[in-house]
Amino acid sequence: MKNFSNLYIFSFASVLVIIVATLLSFVAEQLKPLQERNVEIEKKLDILRSVDMTAGIEEAENRSTFIEELFANNISESFVVNSKGELIDGRDAFAIAKELKAEMQMPLEERGLPIFVASDPEAGNRYIVPVLGKGLWGPIWGYIAINDDYNTLSGTVFAHAAETPGLGSEINTDKFMDPFKGKKLFDESGNFVSVTVVKGGAEPNDPHGVDAISGGTITCKALEKMLWDCLNPYVNYFKKQMN
Amino acid sequence: MSEKEPLFSPKNLKLLKEPLNDNNPITVQVLGICAALAITVQIKPSIVMALSVLAVLSISNVVISLLRKLIPPRIRIIVQLVVIATMVILVDQILQAYAFEVSKQLSVFVGLIITNCLIMGRLEGFAMANKPWPAFLDGLGNAAGFGMMLIIVAFFRELLGSGTIYGYQVIPESFYDAGYANNGLMILPPMALVVVGIIIWIQRGRNRKLIEEN
Repeated sequence: MKNFSNLYIFSFASVLVIIVATLLSFVAEQLKPLQERNVEIEKKLDILRSVDMTAGIEEAENRSTFIEELFANNISESFVVNSKGELIDGRDAFAIAKELKAEMQMPLEERGLPIFVASDPEAGNRYIVPVLGKGLWGPIWGYIAINDDYNTLSGTVFAHAAETPGLGSEINTDKFMDPFKGKKLFDESGNFVSVTVVKGGAEPNDPHGVDAISGGTITCKALEKMLWDCLNPYVNYFKKQMN
Repeated sequence: MSEKEPLFSPKNLKLLKEPLNDNNPITVQVLGICAALAITVQIKPSIVMALSVLAVLSISNVVISLLRKLIPPRIRIIVQLVVIATMVILVDQILQAYAFEVSKQLSVFVGLIITNCLIMGRLEGFAMANKPWPAFLDGLGNAAGFGMMLIIVAFFRELLGSGTIYGYQVIPESFYDAGYANNGLMILPPMALVVVGIIIWIQRGRNRKLIEEN
């Protein structure tokens, strides 16, 4: 075995590290715009999915531009409210939805609450709000679409970063998400009760409960907490609109 | 002047073929099991994982082989790790930019390629002592042997655990109506170990070279 001097070892290590660092930062900088665009398109797609406006995406030649066009055509308006239910001017709803985590760490009074409006001449307007919470292994998030009675859910989309495959990860399947359609956020006397995930299965006519996933209890409970925490700040706004 | 060895001499071809069966990284060397357990729930991520390992292993093997006379032995493991980590980050970044859906599915496991003992093993055991071309073939062969096993294991786990193959439903609805249910246990990591065990058993039963003499 050849003997290398200490100086050689140090210089070899330094040169190697410098080359590697330059290469990686160059590549990261080059790919960053593409990656950010992917994340953005993913969010737009999720918003569209929550109101079932995804027709034609699979057949589209350029998936990304198609999603962007679809989003521009269908999501007619977006605005930001605060927890008192007042409109806030000058803030971009999509920018908040992108950085929802940072927004949620702010005190409730200062938080901007984004709402996206999907207009549909037949079904009326639907209002989409983003939600974000902590799952079992990582973040879970989603978009909740609400009918123009500000009470009935018209659709939901959930996603997760690292929930257990086959158990908690099932929250993003249609089998779990479809039953949310038609559930109500407020009870008959107008109190906010959110939607709960019922272990062992919800009663078929329960307006506030959906079936839990067996084996995915912690994820389901986290999802329930996410819905409550993220929808609760909107209550004042919803109530104002109802009256 | 010695005669130049042809590119695909029998010796070189052996490097490519041996890991597919006689010296398979998963079933014979039992390396890289962690990945085999984690991402073989479905076929699609397994294929991407196999391709990622293929790229990382063959390129790292070539790089280390080119540097083999320059690398001070005392820090060789660190140097190998730096090369592997660089390749893995590159693969991860490229997946995030060009195959976002897949990179979401693989999530942390791309990063975990760094700790795949198979790759360290090949760099240390082969690339440090051989020329770039054989090292490249060795990388390809081992990664192919590894990927092949991932896909076989994923095939059974996806079929029995979710009733699908490559995301397409293959078990007809009438089976479910008749009382058939997907086996939830297949989705969990322990069953990957059992499937790998059964594959090892079958392979050893058929391949005489692998039967140990007592």
